[in-house]
Amino acid sequence: MIRVKGVDKSFGDKGVLHGIDAAFEAGQVNFIIGRSGSGKSVLTKCIVGLMEVDAGTIHYDGEDFTAMSQKEREPIRMRIGMLFQGGALFDSMTVLENVEFPLRMFSDMSSDERRQRAMDCLRRVELEGAEHRFPAEVSGGMQKRVALARAVVGEPKYLFCDEPNSGLDPQTAIVIDNLIRELTLEYGTTTVVISHDMNSVIEIGDNIHFLHEGKVAWRGDRKGILDSGVVELDTFVYASDLMRDIRTQLQGR
Amino acid sequence: MGLLFHIGRYFAFLGSALRRPQKARVFIQSTLIELEAIGVQSVGIVALLSLFMGAVIAIQTAHQVSGWIPAYTIGFTVRQTMILEFAPTIIPVILSGKVGSNIASQIGTMQVTEQIDALEVMGVRSISHLVLPKLVAALLIFPFLVVISMVLGIGAGAWVCDTAELSSFADYKYGIQMDFSSFDVTYALIKTCVFALIITSVSAYQGFHTSGGAREVGRSSTKAVVYSVVIVMIANLVITQLLLT
Repeated sequence: MIRVKGVDKSFGDKGVLHGIDAAFEAGQVNFIIGRSGSGKSVLTKCIVGLMEVDAGTIHYDGEDFTAMSQKEREPIRMRIGMLFQGGALFDSMTVLENVEFPLRMFSDMSSDERRQRAMDCLRRVELEGAEHRFPAEVSGGMQKRVALARAVVGEPKYLFCDEPNSGLDPQTAIVIDNLIRELTLEYGTTTVVISHDMNSVIEIGDNIHFLHEGKVAWRGDRKGILDSGVVELDTFVYASDLMRDIRTQLQGR
Repeated sequence: MGLLFHIGRYFAFLGSALRRPQKARVFIQSTLIELEAIGVQSVGIVALLSLFMGAVIAIQTAHQVSGWIPAYTIGFTVRQTMILEFAPTIIPVILSGKVGSNIASQIGTMQVTEQIDALEVMGVRSISHLVLPKLVAALLIFPFLVVISMVLGIGAGAWVCDTAELSSFADYKYGIQMDFSSFDVTYALIKTCVFALIITSVSAYQGFHTSGGAREVGRSSTKAVVYSVVIVMIANLVITQLLLT
């Protein structure tokens, strides 16, 4: 479980996060949603330690991450898997080498064991056969799947996915969503997904935090999100004609 | 931002780069890859430049001294120029254009595409992981490149003297042996190692502090070359003052 308490973050005079409180449960797909510029990415970077908070605390299973030095954070970071928005695959390595990389760095597995484990993950994301290609030689959707395989190869305790569906066709987006859900249930990871995609939120979101102007404006589950009564969230959820039509149909029943 | 800020941040960066590698085997493999990229792929350009420079210095010296200074001066001048300045200073300056810009653009691209963030989130000490192999490889390979440059430059001088009948081979040979001090080679190799450290670390520093997109990567690459050359020139003056006076 990851607990965020009273987190503030500013850049110069511009406050981005204001007293954020959030709890991300283990074995659940936790969502952080919100409009562009609402502070989702900054919050995520603070949680994983890529940015330092100005005030507040972040606890990983009771351990105060914010009070730790960079060296003290390393054992926690080794248990984090992260899927970046752009994939962030190492372009000098093949697909297989990318997936093997965390194991090369932090495990005592033999070369064969590493390869076996990496190939298992690639099979899981339906990328068997692409292992010897370089990231530049595969499509955006495949890069996302490789990045997901790399994120989970070390069986992380905490999984972060930044906009996992951006730039993907609807079919591939569903494949990625289902994988995130399956992996979360299988390994009992604390999964945090940052997304704009309401389809994903409604499909796989267990615990949802809605950020508005750097504050948590609403939290709840996927059932409650369609009828939250929060104006900003309603505006966000029902931004498209399709969603408004669905609401009208639901209200008509 | 002020010069002092950058100096402080550069030395903090260098301190992080020199931390013990997390995994020895990965470090050794990365260093071997860098030896190939920095060293082996630079042999051609170093050889070409050294051959031409050695030949040109010989012709220019012969032109200056003809008739009133002994012919062995040609060999002497080629040797001193190649050992003291051309090989240990000009070759690293040229390599800063090739190796330095390559390092800055490689690391800069990794920075803007979040590859460095990915390393950090995994728990990899990104600065040490990416920069230490480059530093070690440059420190190992630059002296070899410089020695190759010295030998080829002096050899090219001999060849052009013989071919263009500027002096006899015996005179040239006497010139390159005259008043030879092995400390000159030591001085050259010390300079080379310092320059290798400057070029790789300054270029990596520029790459790491890239933010934005393709245009900023290009700017970092240019800055890496410009700052490396300027710092190499300052270091050249300081080392020469300390070791040769």
